[in-house]
Amino acid sequence: MASTIIRRLVHMVAVLFGISVLVFLIFFATPGANPAERIAGKNASPQTVARVERQFGLNRPLPIQYALMMKKIFITRNLTSYVNLGEKVVPQVFKAAPITLSLVAGAAIIWIVVAIAIGAVAAAFRNSWIDRLLMVLSLIGISMPVFWVGTMANLFTQGIWHHTWLFSWVPPLGYVDFSKSPVLWFKSLLIPWITLAILYIGLYARVLRAALIETMQEDFIRTARAKGLSERQVLLRHALRCSLVSVVTLFGLDFGVLVGGGALLTEVVFGLQGVGYLTYQALETLDLPMIMATVIYASVFVVVSNAVVDIVYAAFDPRMRLRR
Amino acid sequence: MNPLLEIVDLAVSFRTSNGLIRAVDGVSFSIAEREILGIVGESGSGKSLTVLAILDLIGDPNAVVTGSIRFRGIELIGQKPETLRRLRGGAIAMIFQDPMTALTPVFTIGAQISEQIRIHTDLSRHAAQARAVELLDAVGLPDPHRAAARYPQELSGGQRQRAVIAMALSCNPALLLADEPTTALDVTVQAQILELIRKLRDDFNSAVILITHNLGVVAETADRVAVMYSGRIVETADTGALFADPHHPYTWGLLGSMPALDGIRRPRLTTIPGLPPALDRRPQGCAFSPRCGFVRPECLPAPPCLTGTMHQAACVIADHERAAARNQVLAA
Ligand SMILES: Nc1ncnc2c1ncn2[C@@H]1O[C@H](COP(=O)(O)OP(=O)(O)O)[C@@H](O)[C@H]1O
Ligand SMILES: [Mg+2]
Repeated sequence: MASTIIRRLVHMVAVLFGISVLVFLIFFATPGANPAERIAGKNASPQTVARVERQFGLNRPLPIQYALMMKKIFITRNLTSYVNLGEKVVPQVFKAAPITLSLVAGAAIIWIVVAIAIGAVAAAFRNSWIDRLLMVLSLIGISMPVFWVGTMANLFTQGIWHHTWLFSWVPPLGYVDFSKSPVLWFKSLLIPWITLAILYIGLYARVLRAALIETMQEDFIRTARAKGLSERQVLLRHALRCSLVSVVTLFGLDFGVLVGGGALLTEVVFGLQGVGYLTYQALETLDLPMIMATVIYASVFVVVSNAVVDIVYAAFDPRMRLRR
Repeated sequence: MNPLLEIVDLAVSFRTSNGLIRAVDGVSFSIAEREILGIVGESGSGKSLTVLAILDLIGDPNAVVTGSIRFRGIELIGQKPETLRRLRGGAIAMIFQDPMTALTPVFTIGAQISEQIRIHTDLSRHAAQARAVELLDAVGLPDPHRAAARYPQELSGGQRQRAVIAMALSCNPALLLADEPTTALDVTVQAQILELIRKLRDDFNSAVILITHNLGVVAETADRVAVMYSGRIVETADTGALFADPHHPYTWGLLGSMPALDGIRRPRLTTIPGLPPALDRRPQGCAFSPRCGFVRPECLPAPPCLTGTMHQAACVIADHERAAARNQVLAA
C-alpha cells in the first residue's frame, strides 16, 4: 500500500512537471509571444519594454525563469498577475476552487444517479420502446451544447418564466457561499448543476447500458438466474456491480477535467467565478502567471482524481486488486 | 413409482431469418429420485439446451420450447416465472461447465452461496453464512472459513467447481443438473469432482443429470445413459447394458474414441469420421447416416424411431446383425 502511494506521488509530480514545462514553453518560448511587450502595452517604447523585461525577470534564461515562477507558485505563493499588476494569483485560484468544486460535485451526483437509473432501465427493457426512447433522449442530451442549454435555462428561469410559480425561487445569477446560506447556495447552483449534468447523463447512460448488456451475456449471469434470483435482482446486484467499473473509469477522468476548469462554459453562462472562469479570463488577457497557476491546479486535480479512481476501482472490483 | 422428472417430446427451436431451426427434437426421458442419468454426445448435440429448458434458462428470446417437462407432476413448460424461480436453486439446482466464469467475480464465495440460501429459506445473514462454510467443508474445500471469504478468481479451477457444487447443494436439491462439470478441469481433479457428485446421492439424496461428452465419465458415475446426436436421443439404457451391448453405430464411435479415464489410450483410437450436420442442413432421414458405415435405404426417408423397452435405440440394424457390425468398428 505504501509503495502504491509513493508511486502515485512520483507519478503526480512527473505529470505536473511535464505539464507546467509544456505550458511555460508555449507561452514564453513561442516565437512572437513576447511577454514583455504584452505587459508594456500597445505602442510602448523599446525602453519601456526593456524596463519591463528587467522588472519581471524576462531577460533571464528560460530555465531560471521557469524555476522562479514555480517557486512563486508553490513556495512563496506571491506570484502576481501580469495584467492586474500587483494582484496575487494563488489566492485567487484558492478562492475560485470551492465554487468550481460545488458546481462539479453537485452535477456529478445528479449525473451519476440519473445515468445509472436510465442505463439500468434501458438495459432491463432493451430493444423495447422504453429503451429506444431513453437512448434517443441521451443522444439529444449529448449533442446539446452546454453553452446553449445554459443560455436557454437562463432565458426561462431568469427571464420570461421567472415570475411564474415555476421559477420564482431561482436567485439571480452568481455564487452564494455555502457558509453564508446553504439554502441559497443550493438554489443558486441547482440550474447550473442540471445544465452541466445533462451531457454526462446522456454519455454515462449509454456507456452503462452497453456495459450492462454485455455483462448480461456472461456465464455468471446464468448462474445467478439458476440460483432463483429474479431478473431485477440479477440485473441490479450481479450485472450492475460488474458494469459500474466502466463508469468509474470515465468518471475519474471527467470529474478531474471538470474540477480542473473544464466546466468553463457553464461557469461563464451562470456567472460563477470558478476556476474555469478564471482560466477563461486569463486566456483572454494572456495573463501568463494566472494561466500557469490554473493549469497547475487543474493538473493536480486530474492526477488526484485519477488516483482516487484507482482506489474506488479496487473497492468495486476485486479483480483489480488482484492484478497488482 | 412416479418419476421425479419426466420429459416427453421436448423440442427446442430457434427463430432465425431462415425460419425455425430445431436444436433439440423429440427428446423424452425420465429420472427417478436419487437416480444418476448420464447424457452423452458430441458438443452441439443439444445436451445443454435440454437441461436448460427444464428451468427455462435458455435465455434467448428467439428460443421456442415445446413438449412437456413434469417435475413431481407439475408441468414446467409455460409455468409462471415465480414458480420456476422458486424451483431454481431450490428443488432443482444447476452446475455449469466452466467454473472460471460461472461465479460473479465481484462477490466472495461465501456471499454467493449465502445469497442463494437466503433466497430459498428465511435464515438470517449470519446463519446463511455459517451454512455456506459448512457446505464448503462438505464438498471438501480445505480451510472452508477462508475459502468463504475469498473471491472466485482466488481459487483454483477444481476448488471453484467445488464451490459451485456447494452452492448448488445449498438448498438440498432433489435434482441436480450438472452440465459438463468436469470438462474444464484437468484429469486428476475430474476424478475427484466425479467422486463428489457420486457421493451427493448418499449425502444429499439428490438425483443427478450428468451431461458429458465423455463416455468414460458416464461409465464411472451414471445409473442410466442417454446418448444424444444432433438434437435427438439415439440410444438409452442402463449403464451396464449400454456398455455390454451398445446398439447404435454412433455409440460405437463414441466408445471407440473414448480415452480411458486413467488417461491410458487404447492402441487404436477409432474416431468418427466427419462432423455432425449443421442444424439447418440435417438430412431428412437419420442424422447420423452421412457418417455411418452401415447406411441402408430405410435410414434415408425419415429418422428411425427409438425402439425397445429397457434398452432403446434409434437404429435399423437388427439384433442378430449387430455384433458383427460392431466388431468392424470396435475391433482393437
Ligand atoms: N441461442 C441459440 N441460438 C441458436 N442456436 C443455438 C443457441 N444455443 C444453442 N444453439 C445451437 O443448438 C445446438 C445445441 O447446443 P447445445 O445444447 O449447447 O449443445 P451441447 O451442450 O450438446 O454441446 C448447437 O448446434 C448450437 O449451435
Ligand atoms: Mg453444452
